Amino acid sequence: MSIIKIKDAIYEYFKRDENGEVMETVQAVAGVTIDIEQGEFVAILGHNGSGKSTLAKHLNAILKPTRGTIYVKEMDTREDRYLLDIRQTTGMVFQNPDNQIIGTVVEEDVAFGPENLGVPTKEIWDRVLKSLEAVNMTAYREQSPNKLSGGQKQRIAIAGVMAMEPECIVLDEPTAMLDPLGRKDVVEAITELNQKKKITIILITHNMDEVIGADKVYVMDHGKVVLKGTPREIFSDVETMKQYGLEVPAPTELAYRLKKAGLSIRTDILTKDELVEQLCQLN
Amino acid sequence: MIRDITIGQYYPSGSVLHRLDPRTKILGTVIFIISLFIGDSVLSYGIATVFLALMIKVSKVPLKFIVKGLRPIVILLVFSIGINMLFTPGDAIVSFGFLTITKQGVKLALFLGIRLVYLIIGSSLMTFTTTPTALTDGLEKLFGFLKVLKVPVHEVAMMMAIALRFIPILTEELDKIMKAQAARGADFNRGSLKEKLHGLIPILVPLFVSAIRRSNDLAMAMEARCYHGGDGRTRMKPLVYQKEDGLAYGVLIFYLLIIILVRLFLR
Repeated sequence: MSIIKIKDAIYEYFKRDENGEVMETVQAVAGVTIDIEQGEFVAILGHNGSGKSTLAKHLNAILKPTRGTIYVKEMDTREDRYLLDIRQTTGMVFQNPDNQIIGTVVEEDVAFGPENLGVPTKEIWDRVLKSLEAVNMTAYREQSPNKLSGGQKQRIAIAGVMAMEPECIVLDEPTAMLDPLGRKDVVEAITELNQKKKITIILITHNMDEVIGADKVYVMDHGKVVLKGTPREIFSDVETMKQYGLEVPAPTELAYRLKKAGLSIRTDILTKDELVEQLCQLN
Repeated sequence: MIRDITIGQYYPSGSVLHRLDPRTKILGTVIFIISLFIGDSVLSYGIATVFLALMIKVSKVPLKFIVKGLRPIVILLVFSIGINMLFTPGDAIVSFGFLTITKQGVKLALFLGIRLVYLIIGSSLMTFTTTPTALTDGLEKLFGFLKVLKVPVHEVAMMMAIALRFIPILTEELDKIMKAQAARGADFNRGSLKEKLHGLIPILVPLFVSAIRRSNDLAMAMEARCYHGGDGRTRMKPLVYQKEDGLAYGVLIFYLLIIILVRLFLR
């Protein structure tokens, strides 16, 4: 069953000049149709300004489509009466870890979502402890979030969403402001949630390495979906990716260049290990 | 310089006072302040001193730390004591030309000084023993009755809590901006007052821009987590009065009664 159905979604905004007159209409999302199945790990790729973040904000009704429809579990995001249900079904993690933590103590921040939903006190505690456990942050339960690293803050944000018991989590460039170690932590946490708790993950990113574990990848450019497929299918076409301003993972890039230089090597390589294996088979 | 101010800081020492309900501590502080203004004799100030000393002892906050908190009000203190001493009419003790120190003046100034100092110590004792979150929770609960009059009590408390959460983040940001401007040759310490004020503009503008941007992000993050005001909200740590709070209220009422009785009968 598909959990999210996006059908011909268009989002327009107006560019205004200094006097507030409309200069032009920009379509940030220009007719996107995507079906996301329950339990999938979906990645949406695109360079800056491709409309991927705008699309992400549609998935829990922060933005509403100008035209077209978005259904979250059969609920139309344009209808206000579904608003809280939709936001509880699809949680959202944002880019800047500092600007999404509300509590002054880690556990209180994780409790913010369930508190808003009116969950009874005892169950809030259960949920908070479980969510912190799920992202491996139980040890920091009573600390101030200000003392944590970026990766840890981002995992707290994920726990905060988990505590609302969503079926789907949308992550809008969660690793863009993190160092490599923090990135690894966050991606591992996401992958584990997807595999162990069967939570649907929608990862918005422009970092190719994070996409390798995804079930499906959508590439966006100028508000449209221009490519879709498994990571292997997408990355094997290095030239098309470059055309959309995207880099491919380093092993794929190397295989592509070797092939271009005349070696007979496969180009649908994603990881270092695969590359090593391929290279060893050459003589 | 900002770090020197100890008023409003939290000092974790795990005492009985720390465990009390924030509502008890807020009301206790209010009662103590009222008592300072009811009392008008040496005896009542003596009682207040004993009470305050006892509370400090119970709180396990070092006296040195508390006294440090008085530093920012020294000027105010000296000024108001001086004015009272010099300009109160009555029986003269000493006089230099047109300035006369009177008996009544000395008494008034002394009482005023004690009131001010105790007021600051009393209220900072509250903040030393209460986390900012607990404090805002307590205020929200205490002023909850205003909701009937359509005062947005929950919203104001939420704003206070968020402001407290963002103080360290914005302080860090301020530091970064100042360093960035210094790297471009800005000098914040030299020049006339006017030049110094002018030098603040390149610091304040980016700080405000960033604060507004942050608040926009935060509002979106709060909405994404189903925040819709105080209606139907439950708490992870609801405020519930414990036995200790009953005892504390008993002590407070006893103390207030003594002060009132002293005022009425022992003058």
